Amino acid sequence: MSSTPTDTKGKDRARAAARARAQRAPVYRRSADFRWTHDPEQCARCKRCVQQCGFKALSWEDGPVVDPEKCVGCHRCEMFCPQQAIAVVPQVQHYRPHPLWTQAHRQNLYLQAETGGVLLAGMGNDLPYPVLWDNLLLDACQVTNPSIDPLREPMELRTYLGRRPDAVEVTLGGDGPELATEMGPTLELETPIIFAAMSYGSISLNAQKAIAMAAEECGTLWNTGEGGLHEDLKPYAHRAFVQCASGRFGVHADYLNAGAAIEIKIGQGAKPGIGGHLPGEKVSAEVSETRMIPVGSDALSPAPQHDIYSIEDLRQLIYALKEASNYEKPVSVKIAAVHNVAAIASGIVRAGADMVYLDGFRGGTGAAPTIIRDHLGIPIEIAIAVVDQQLREEGIRNQASIIAAGGIRSSADAAKAIALGADAIAIGTGALLALGCTLCQKCYTGRCSWGITTQDPALTRRLDPYVGSRRVGNLLRGWSAELEEILGAMGVNAIESLRGSRERLRGVGLDKTTLDILGVKPAGVGA
Amino acid sequence: MSEEVFDRGRRTISGCGLSGMMSLTGERVDGRAIRASIALLHERSNGLGGGFAAYGIYPERRDHFALHIMYDTDEARRRTESALEDDFDVAQDERIPTRPHPGIVNPPSLMRYFVLPRASRLEEDGATAEDYVLARVMRVNAEISDAFVFSSGKNMGAFKAVGYAEDIAAFFRLDEYEAYIWIAHGRFPTNTPGWWAGAHPFTLLDWAVVHNGEISSYGINRRYLEMFNYQCTMRTDTEVMAYLLDLLIRRHELPVEVACDVLAAPFWEQIERMPEERRRLYSALRQVYGGALVNGPFAIIFARHGEMVGLNDRIKLRPLVAARKDSWLYLSSEESGIRAMCARPDLVWAPRAGQPVIGRLGSEVVAGEPAHGGRIAVGQEATSE
Amino acid sequence: MRIDASDLHYRDLNRRIREAAAAGTKSFDLLNVNGQRYIGDGIAGAEVEIDIHGVPGNDLGAFMDGPTIRVHGNAQDAVANTMNAGRIIVDGHAGDVLGYGMRGGELLVRGKVGYRVGIHMKAYRGRRPVIVAGGTAGDFLGEYMAGGLLIVLGLETTNGEPLIGDWCATGMHGGAIYLRGEVDPRQVASNFADLRAADAEDLQDIRESVEAFCEAFSLDAGRILGDGFMRVGPISHRPYGAKYAA
Ligand code: SF4
Ligand code: SF4
Repeated sequence: MSSTPTDTKGKDRARAAARARAQRAPVYRRSADFRWTHDPEQCARCKRCVQQCGFKALSWEDGPVVDPEKCVGCHRCEMFCPQQAIAVVPQVQHYRPHPLWTQAHRQNLYLQAETGGVLLAGMGNDLPYPVLWDNLLLDACQVTNPSIDPLREPMELRTYLGRRPDAVEVTLGGDGPELATEMGPTLELETPIIFAAMSYGSISLNAQKAIAMAAEECGTLWNTGEGGLHEDLKPYAHRAFVQCASGRFGVHADYLNAGAAIEIKIGQGAKPGIGGHLPGEKVSAEVSETRMIPVGSDALSPAPQHDIYSIEDLRQLIYALKEASNYEKPVSVKIAAVHNVAAIASGIVRAGADMVYLDGFRGGTGAAPTIIRDHLGIPIEIAIAVVDQQLREEGIRNQASIIAAGGIRSSADAAKAIALGADAIAIGTGALLALGCTLCQKCYTGRCSWGITTQDPALTRRLDPYVGSRRVGNLLRGWSAELEEILGAMGVNAIESLRGSRERLRGVGLDKTTLDILGVKPAGVGA
Repeated sequence: MSEEVFDRGRRTISGCGLSGMMSLTGERVDGRAIRASIALLHERSNGLGGGFAAYGIYPERRDHFALHIMYDTDEARRRTESALEDDFDVAQDERIPTRPHPGIVNPPSLMRYFVLPRASRLEEDGATAEDYVLARVMRVNAEISDAFVFSSGKNMGAFKAVGYAEDIAAFFRLDEYEAYIWIAHGRFPTNTPGWWAGAHPFTLLDWAVVHNGEISSYGINRRYLEMFNYQCTMRTDTEVMAYLLDLLIRRHELPVEVACDVLAAPFWEQIERMPEERRRLYSALRQVYGGALVNGPFAIIFARHGEMVGLNDRIKLRPLVAARKDSWLYLSSEESGIRAMCARPDLVWAPRAGQPVIGRLGSEVVAGEPAHGGRIAVGQEATSE
Repeated sequence: MRIDASDLHYRDLNRRIREAAAAGTKSFDLLNVNGQRYIGDGIAGAEVEIDIHGVPGNDLGAFMDGPTIRVHGNAQDAVANTMNAGRIIVDGHAGDVLGYGMRGGELLVRGKVGYRVGIHMKAYRGRRPVIVAGGTAGDFLGEYMAGGLLIVLGLETTNGEPLIGDWCATGMHGGAIYLRGEVDPRQVASNFADLRAADAEDLQDIRESVEAFCEAFSLDAGRILGDGFMRVGPISHRPYGAKYAA
């Protein structure tokens, strides 16, 4: 397939436009990341591609014409072309190669030379840092103890999140032993996989609805993010974390009492220490209603919560929320995994949190400064290991559950996270992929062709929440079934037998220090 | 002590509640008021550390250095006492009186010694008595494991432990001491050092510091201090704060106000608006003492004989409230903490960011106090009757 | 209902208030309050009235939705945190971070207020949060302000004492700040907000709130409104629009 010269008129026009641009900024030339190719012989001239491109990269001039600067490689046109006439391929490097000054560095630099601005990116860190999941292997039973067949035998993934007492007090009544301990509010999950916070505003209502419905159906939890609770989602609120973050958008007493649990968001793996910023043009009438701010106004989430400048202030907010919800809702505190994460998590637990949510540096985002997304934080694998260890050493592990997120790609990653010590894992990017996302990383433009990270009704309409919820639910069902397979192979039939069992992990290709930090033995060392 | 903490190379990060009270005329009161204040700030701590420093408590031994030492083992005590015998004339040694308290578990053995430097040695050393004592204290703390000198000033003492501050006060029987300055600290560390020596106040001779907040510039403050031979071994922010004060005020002889302006430096934007002379001073301070700028949230109360100072960071990320009643100056993280010491103050005010409140013995004027007509608490009647 | 709060933990105090309010009690008199946090936290109902004698602790009226609280004395930090509706009257002074994320209702402080007052206040539909400080205000007044009304009256200030601190209106993108008296323009973040003399229409805008303030503290609104006000308003609803490379 190749692009052919039938659309000469359009091409000339594009060239003229390019020339004009070059004249305006003689030094700067923005090069395209993708080469959009089209085979006119295959083309049925249905114009679907033009309609489908959310980024307005295509126009129709006797045939589809691309503005190469605008094509982000989302592949929507390609997938919707009934004739398979389109192919979008990465543009080959056209500068002289340089190992230090890579194409990406040069492109960024040119753009900044022109604008003087901060670079933005969507989704998670795309630099090739090592992925420790890929250096960890799970155990299986052979001979000395039996594996269990999950097809025939019962398998339990039921997970509870929240504070637990260290011991249960039992009194002997007439009818036998009775529970005397008052259990605090906890959350019951049918699978240890929950959904990460993605606000209405950062994603479309249809996307959020798809996820919320899937959560309800699969007996797990979704998370409002910092965007308030839309009227349409109230029926699913009882399966939601309602978030309270620095912008306090949509946060009021009814909202706090509507959810299953409350989450205080301190930080996000993709942008530790950085606030959020939903540009005014995305604050549509509906978004404005859930966020409880005027239409068209920027929704700025300051970097810190301004009532939290120290650990005792966190305690103050945790208890303000508990007071507001009559101590009926467990409170989670979400932080980005940073260097001192173990001590911070310990402080969070001591401050009264019932859950600590750790978000690793590969976690996704709707928008973040690229430089922050790509260079701050630590891997979630390490964060789980050190936090779990520290809480155990301090004897406070029972006081809070650990939720881990940030780049969990499969049930295998999930199983490894749980073996390292997580009570549950959360997925964000994974759920969006299930909805069609192709990881073009352009979420911050608000033009998502898949109707996910956009508020443009022409685009959001593409995402049918019922279809979407089935797909997201399928993902959860698939992963859950795989977790059962993994448990069975290990010869256990309850997820708690894997939880924190680092003995069932072995490292390959990891240095000694990293293995020590992970608390994992190298492959080859037996029990 | 506690190798574990050193080994991990971790710094203990903590939030806190602070209170302080000072009689500007030197009138002494017992520790009940300060205890009530820090007890009221209970929510700001988590039972993993607290402490007090009190000035003027040993008038009958006012010329002796009062060493408060905690020992985890008898061996440590033997070694320390033999070192003390070599270097000092020990006028008196005794157990620090305590009263068992359910909130205070596994106390180490707690001793105090009233000492003077052995004259011959002091002469040999050619140092001031203060430096002589300081060097010996540092040596015990660094070289004798399981022994820790937690107070070494004259006519003052620090009392600290793992527990809630109000329990610590009861444990150390602070109702039986009388002081003209009391400062107190209730701690909220993010992990458990479980280590008495790590509690606050942090002391150095008659300096005592209590501190709230995590210093975001700890890394460079520490390396800066290392250039002046301070070894930060305690891994707490407060230690850094104490050494910076020692460096700036004792060694570089900066006035307290100026030292505070180094720790909580004005912004360049503000410096540019200053009159010429001041601008020159402040741009010099910022250029020379960049490594001593304490960045991030903090509120501290520090004291030495004759002086109590409250200071918070340059954008006021930690609370601090001050009050006056007759000749008393009060400081606390919250106004309610002040009212627990003094129900009806004459004047309550919130110090501005980076501007110290300084009470000095013998002076009725408190630096940082708002001019006449400042923040006077309106008739704060606690009851409606 | 009268509650003696001496030595009462905030949890017990607030539980009693919550339970009584739910059972229909409308009026509360809290005596000997000192430092108890979260009074009025999350409580709904416009008819509920809480009188506080003493110094309430932090987060007074957080998430509150309707009641009226009157503090007979000073208040501490974080009053009216994320408040939705209602009224808080402080007879004395109040501390830092007042009205953080406040979305509706009124906070009237007779005396001075601290740092970061009105941070990220926002208006929504019929809701327009109002903070009136009778005295002066500290740094970062109206930081990130997204809506509502912040009024600093500077009554009874001493000579030379600035009406507001530095960095007023940084990140401001909505609402309005009115300052009665002189302001050094360098104290206002000129890249976010503009400072000008208030005109007659502006005074109309604040009349109701100033009158409410004066009524609460028995002051003469006519005299106060007669003086020159400055107005600080956002330059843009999109303050960081140009920050990013597109
Ligand atoms: S942006 Fe997407 S839909 Fe548009 S042309 Fe490129 S690949 Fe096709
Ligand atoms: S959500 Fe949409 S815009 Fe974002 S990466 Fe996926 S496809 Fe691209």
